[in-house]
Amino acid sequence: MTIKTKLHRRTFLKTGAATASVILAAPAAIGQTKIKVAGIHSSPVENAWNSRLHAAMLKAADDGTIEYVFSEGVSGTDYGRAVREYAEQDVQLIVGEAYAVEREVREIAADYADTAFLMGSSGEPSGDNFGTFGTWNHEGAYLSGMLAASMSETGKFGAVGAIPIPEVNMLINGFRAGVDVVRPDAEHLIGFIGTFFDPPKAREAGLAQIDAGADILFGERIGTADAAAERGIKAIGSLIDYTERYPDTIFANAMWYFDPLLAAAVSDITSGSPTGRNYTPYCLMKEGGNDILYTASMVPEAAIGPMEEARAAIKAGTLEVPIDFSEPT
Amino acid sequence: MTDLIDILFTTGLWSSALRIATPLIFATLGALLCERAGVLNLGIEGIMTFGAMIGWLAVFMGADLWTGVIVAALCGAAFGLLHSGLAVVLGLSQHVAGLGITLFASSLSYYIFRLAVPVQGTPPTVEPFQPWPVPFLSDLPLIGPTLFSQTPLTYLALVLALAMAYILNRTPIGLAIRITGENPHAAEAQGLNPIAIRIGAVVTGSALMAMGGAYLTLAAFNSFFPTMVQGRGWVCIALVVFAMWRPGRALLGAILFALFDAYQLRLQTNFGKAVPYQLFLMLPYVLSIVALVVMSRKAKVPRALMKPYRRGERG
Repeated sequence: MTIKTKLHRRTFLKTGAATASVILAAPAAIGQTKIKVAGIHSSPVENAWNSRLHAAMLKAADDGTIEYVFSEGVSGTDYGRAVREYAEQDVQLIVGEAYAVEREVREIAADYADTAFLMGSSGEPSGDNFGTFGTWNHEGAYLSGMLAASMSETGKFGAVGAIPIPEVNMLINGFRAGVDVVRPDAEHLIGFIGTFFDPPKAREAGLAQIDAGADILFGERIGTADAAAERGIKAIGSLIDYTERYPDTIFANAMWYFDPLLAAAVSDITSGSPTGRNYTPYCLMKEGGNDILYTASMVPEAAIGPMEEARAAIKAGTLEVPIDFSEPT
Repeated sequence: MTDLIDILFTTGLWSSALRIATPLIFATLGALLCERAGVLNLGIEGIMTFGAMIGWLAVFMGADLWTGVIVAALCGAAFGLLHSGLAVVLGLSQHVAGLGITLFASSLSYYIFRLAVPVQGTPPTVEPFQPWPVPFLSDLPLIGPTLFSQTPLTYLALVLALAMAYILNRTPIGLAIRITGENPHAAEAQGLNPIAIRIGAVVTGSALMAMGGAYLTLAAFNSFFPTMVQGRGWVCIALVVFAMWRPGRALLGAILFALFDAYQLRLQTNFGKAVPYQLFLMLPYVLSIVALVVMSRKAKVPRALMKPYRRGERG
């Protein structure tokens, strides 16, 4: 017995074509709601700064607003290749860091007009698609300085930074301004370690400041709080929340959040606006880009009130924390 | 001005100098041992990175601290075996093989670290070596709190420097290593096996380099970052020249370099307002170069350094 198929060749082709076009059309339809984002990190994503970008993008991916892929530990000599590869894969937004490759990445961005760029950079935005951002958490640092001011017995405040680039300077200056507003007679010590990734050296720099009398350390670099922990004094963290790592030492963190910057770029892409602009203002506290995170039980109660007032004033826009790029001395 | 000199007599400065010097002492001794046998080992930077990673990882996985150090040393020895396979047995360019090992070992460290440790905000920590004050001796003024209140690895580094000076200068095996570095043909004529001696020196030297790396993650700090060796290996290569290939001087050189570093950190803190900080950061390097120029005029380079030995070939 034979079974005659009712499916004619023409019907098969028609159905097949219809099915295929639905399947092919589907990603385009999804792509309109979900932005494809690639993160290119020149350090491991554990590195404090990169971890902020990484966390924000993972969260956005979880929320369903973006689709996130990333590469980490991409060296400067390889960075351009990675950027091109993602741009060729029709990624809509590339997030990364241009610091070591400012010129090259701008040239590549000009080749891929349909790809948006959101790059950590010391330079200006360029073209319609190359957006830049700085890392500003000076307001959080200012508030942590207000808390720290009354906690010091010696009146000497140390700070350990990587290299005195403008962003590092403004952060340390922000901390100092916060201390000075409460304690105008405060004495400030500074130490730069000359590199971004040398925690043992940051620790030694911290110990040198403690030896010089500092009893509060502002750690722009990881390793600083280890010195404080070793000598039983208190310290402040920057960018990320160090409370869990140094529970008896870190009483406040000047947090930085990449989320509002990412959201702004994504909404620019969705609305078709050019992304070749400076996204740094989204770092401000009123935008949710930075804030203070502190452990109230470790801080004198009298210090919290004025700090919270200042915090509210910054958020309301009535208090402006000075932005000072000059090298702290 | 008196402050400048006062700092020199603080215990903080000297104990900081010893802490900074410890990884340099290990790695400089390692590089020196290789070179005394006639092999330049530019794999040092990568081997230190791998030692820092694997020593930390072993402890993170539950081993005790000393096991971590031993694991680091064994892995360093394995890289030494690789380097001697290329540079000694095959007689390839020691520069190229060494740099290749640095690239390979650093990348492999990153790879293993990423496989073994999940991505998280800050790298996880271990409980590092604590300072272990030597009974009685640590009560001495100045020298007590500096020299005798360090972590056990620092004591080990100091002892190793003395041991290596003794072995190289006073024992038959030391003589065999030195003769291989000066003239492997003469060594062969004496019935020695220059190839085996070179392999042994490179393997042992590389193990020491890895222990220097392990100090960074098991005593100086408690986490691993893939780039944390920060050129310390290259400093050690220069220190070997500075030391004129002698272990005692290597020890002094490493401590001197570290002293400048510890000094500049304190100068920045106390005199940062008067002088640009870059000048202070430059200080250890500039002073090392000056010392190098002054001292290396008298240096005796091992004659057969960087010359591959092939049996039966005319020397």
